[in-house]
Amino acid sequence: MMRMQPSPAFAGTPVSSDSGSQSAAVAIELSDVSVTFGRGERAVPALAPTTLKVGDGEFVALVGPSGCGKSTILRLVAGLVQPSTGVVILGGREVAAKALRIGMAFQNPTMLPWLTIEQNIMLPLKIVEPYRSQFAKLKRTTFRDKANALLEQVGLKGFGRRFPWQLSGGMLQRANLCRALIHEPRMLLLDEPFGALDQFTREELWSILQELWILHRPTVLLVTHDLREAGFLASRICVMSARPGRILDDRHVAFARPRTVAMTFEPEFVALNQRLRAFIVGEHGAAKPTGADHA
Amino acid sequence: MPDLDYRQKAWSIGLIVLFFAGWELFCLMTGMSDLVLPRPSQILVTLVQKFPLLWPHILQTLATTMIGFVLGVVLGVVLGAIIGVSKTAYDTCYPLLVGFSSIPKVALVPIFVLWFGSGSVPAVLTALSICFFPIVVNIATGLATTEPELEDVLKALGATKFDILWNVGLPRTMPFFFASLKVAISYAFVGAVLSETVASNRGIGNVMMTASSNFNVPLVFAGLFVLAALGVALYAIFAVIEGRVTGWATRKNDLIAT
Repeated sequence: MMRMQPSPAFAGTPVSSDSGSQSAAVAIELSDVSVTFGRGERAVPALAPTTLKVGDGEFVALVGPSGCGKSTILRLVAGLVQPSTGVVILGGREVAAKALRIGMAFQNPTMLPWLTIEQNIMLPLKIVEPYRSQFAKLKRTTFRDKANALLEQVGLKGFGRRFPWQLSGGMLQRANLCRALIHEPRMLLLDEPFGALDQFTREELWSILQELWILHRPTVLLVTHDLREAGFLASRICVMSARPGRILDDRHVAFARPRTVAMTFEPEFVALNQRLRAFIVGEHGAAKPTGADHA
Repeated sequence: MPDLDYRQKAWSIGLIVLFFAGWELFCLMTGMSDLVLPRPSQILVTLVQKFPLLWPHILQTLATTMIGFVLGVVLGVVLGAIIGVSKTAYDTCYPLLVGFSSIPKVALVPIFVLWFGSGSVPAVLTALSICFFPIVVNIATGLATTEPELEDVLKALGATKFDILWNVGLPRTMPFFFASLKVAISYAFVGAVLSETVASNRGIGNVMMTASSNFNVPLVFAGLFVLAALGVALYAIFAVIEGRVTGWATRKNDLIAT
């Protein structure tokens, strides 16, 4: 099971292996999952055997040094990578099942340049049932309204008919969130979605994502380098070690919602950041935090 | 800025006229024999006089070119799609295609004649064989440049390979495709005329061949003018279609206002 970390109370509470009590249903369950790319002498271990349980509606942030396998966990959950050992169970079923409702967003918004923003956002509806079979019939009415309702929630009201190149990077990333949410996924996988944005735009989008999460309440897995981002958004943070990744620390973040950017400068929040930072820096340097240094 | 646009157009038309005027003057001043280089005015007169004679040949060349071109586009798109989607197909077909495209197509004409006799069929096949390659390359390139992140987003939704090809791959390929069409139509002309020159009794290529053996050089040049005019016309048609279909790729200024 996952590694536990003694910690002072003000910096969040660690998740113990048997505390599944806060959420009834388990949305994501990785049991002893490891991933190795390539085989033989060229085999690269990307993820050490990892066990992780995420409850329905939880917002989990995965932080850690680059190349530590955070994105691999995301890709495992999305079914894009097969585990070398162990099983990935989503909502009680193994990942092979295609009917899963997953929304994904990456750092690169990847809007299709020949479609308008609302057409881009409606793209998942062309793919996923039950929307798929109704797409031709409803794309000009119900589905378009749905897309524009989401656009309004992220502050892009009236931009539906624009083309992607007419929007700024921050606006495209908002549209990207809309595309990830349009088919009402039960699960949202975000791989450094705000990594390419400037600080102020990023903070603005944190609030938007928080609002969307409170409103739609999907299970979220967020991969990020930014500890403030993790603290602001997540209800739980998993710190991962350098490659091959394993989970060093796993704790709940109890700050009240909706959180504000101002909160990220308060002493409790800063203490949490420093605590998380110690794990990641400690991995590289000599000063390893106690208890985390045995493999 | 329509003013600037018109001025630009006037300039280019002026320069083209200047080119032909220079040609005419050069021939007059050097007393060039029309057996070597006829004057543009002579060519034009020949063209008008011989037009009733040329017309069926123009239709013939146009027909073989277009049939060869259409078949070449179909073949090119299918091959390009297969190569762009499948790694195995890429590895096996690409060396073969590069090898085939390196063969001078003149060398193929006798083989086509051997198989199908002289006439329209070798012309169509030569046009096809010369014009499909740029289409294959462009379609395959367009498909290969699909962003992996977007593919992941769609795969996570349970999209099939065909879904991704249809919604992302093929539309992304359109600018590449139309760019290659403009090249391919010119190539198809070259192929058809080439074959007519070697092995046919009809078509502009044949007319030019006969005219040159009769030392009717103005008629040879009239044939060249016809070919050039047809080439420009078809290129222009595809350029217009391209602008309509793939305007998103050129980010026209007038789109921003909407």
